[in-house]
Amino acid sequence: MTDAKAATDATAAPGPPVGADEPAVRVVELTKDYPGGVRALEGVTFDVPAGQLTTLIGPSGCGKTTTLKIVAGLIPATAGQVIVDGRRVTGPGPERAFVFQDFALLPWANVLRNVAFGLELRGVPRAEREATAREFIAKTNLTGFEHHYPHQLSGGMRQRVGLARALAVDADILLMDEPFASVDEQIRRAFQEDLLRLLSDARKTVMFVTHSIEEAVYVSDQIVILTRGPGRVSNAVRPEIARDGSPDEIRRSRGYLDAVEEIWGELRSYVEQDMQAPQQTGVAS
Amino acid sequence: MRIAGRRVPMAFSLLVWFALWEVIGRAELVFLIPPFTGVLVAIGDVATSERFADAAMVTLQAFGIGMGLALTVGIGAGFLMGRVRAFGDVLGMWANIFESSPLTAIVPAMMALVGFGLPTMVITVFLFSVWVIALDTQVGVTHVSQSLLEMGRSFGASRRQVLLKIVLLAALPEILAGIRLGLIRGVKGVIIGQLLIAIVGIGYLFERYSRSFLMAEFWALLILVFAFAFAASEAIAYFERKVAFYATTR
Repeated sequence: MTDAKAATDATAAPGPPVGADEPAVRVVELTKDYPGGVRALEGVTFDVPAGQLTTLIGPSGCGKTTTLKIVAGLIPATAGQVIVDGRRVTGPGPERAFVFQDFALLPWANVLRNVAFGLELRGVPRAEREATAREFIAKTNLTGFEHHYPHQLSGGMRQRVGLARALAVDADILLMDEPFASVDEQIRRAFQEDLLRLLSDARKTVMFVTHSIEEAVYVSDQIVILTRGPGRVSNAVRPEIARDGSPDEIRRSRGYLDAVEEIWGELRSYVEQDMQAPQQTGVAS
Repeated sequence: MRIAGRRVPMAFSLLVWFALWEVIGRAELVFLIPPFTGVLVAIGDVATSERFADAAMVTLQAFGIGMGLALTVGIGAGFLMGRVRAFGDVLGMWANIFESSPLTAIVPAMMALVGFGLPTMVITVFLFSVWVIALDTQVGVTHVSQSLLEMGRSFGASRRQVLLKIVLLAALPEILAGIRLGLIRGVKGVIIGQLLIAIVGIGYLFERYSRSFLMAEFWALLILVFAFAFAASEAIAYFERKVAFYATTR
């Protein structure tokens, strides 16, 4: 889509709602070239409103994960910038915590030490950091598994360890890279509930990468749709869903279904491309 | 091991070989092979002799210093080779060449350079063991999961913390395997060095026993050296088993 700006303006959805505070994260004209001349992102611009959950969604190879890692300060942008709390991002910072798709747990450390690891790196004394870790182990329903090792846990439990570790450092912004991709569907739904509950208590700003449209609509306040070749923002959707209903009511509500339909409409052309030329998928997102 | 459906300890196979040895020895077929019981008696004699104590001291000293150097240099170089690509390309090639070269040939040249004493033995131990330690460390360090490194950085780890709290521990299974192989090679190195020098340590004792046709003592000494190498490698293997639980799940 060459006319990304016009499209986003037409729906008038991106950016903070009128009267909201300064966005927690501003992604401005981000461009990323990989060695060998592959352009992963071009002119990606969007805002992440504070205290809300923003999802990045798009076909594989659209640069969702690349964008998230640039925001995390893990990889540098070729051009453009990321602004967090008014400051330009040049590397990782204590106000951002990352949840990894493959969990990234220390295999030689038990749950307690893994959850406390972010605090350990900051030099928090052992008793103090373990007390904090136990608090988040309880919040993520891992009590009783403090002394288990990652290889003794199921995928869902491992990701809860990853989430507890990110929550334990008390960062304002959580960056989640397809956190439920390695978890089966039933656990995934339970996990989405847990996440929404944890977030509503904690008032975190969340950037969430997923390839599941339903998941994106279910958990998000704002959904940024990226297209690929190179990755650009094609649209940003704010589903209008009353969050006070039960999970089933939400999944049957007009707003939920409309948002799923709208996103599917944007992405279906890519799915059809992939079906016709499966060997020509882009670089991994 | 199972024989006729019954569990038999692995040591049983050793007993079979010892019995065979005893039979061949008693039959006096080859003078090189004395009866095994004779060798057992000789182990006691050799191990308690003053000559052995002196030789063992000299040998252990050379082995200790050589291994200490090989561990320091090998692990250090392996880290550099694993973390810095340029080092990996340049040093890796040399380490592979030396790892597979017949280093025994260098020992006489070294004698000419640094004499018949401790330095030659130390250098021999070092040269025999350092390469495998460096190469195994490199493998361990290169294969540390990228996402663990990103995790460390995203939680604000300093370079030092990344090395000590993530890379070192993640590479530990390979580093320990390298140390175990390096120890065995170091034992070989110190004995081969001494055999070539022929006037010091355990190597001199081997020379002496074989020249005087003291075959029971010769075999006894060999078993003692083997037992030492085995104990050293088992000690490292013990630690390897301690980290094995995560070696397969990294």
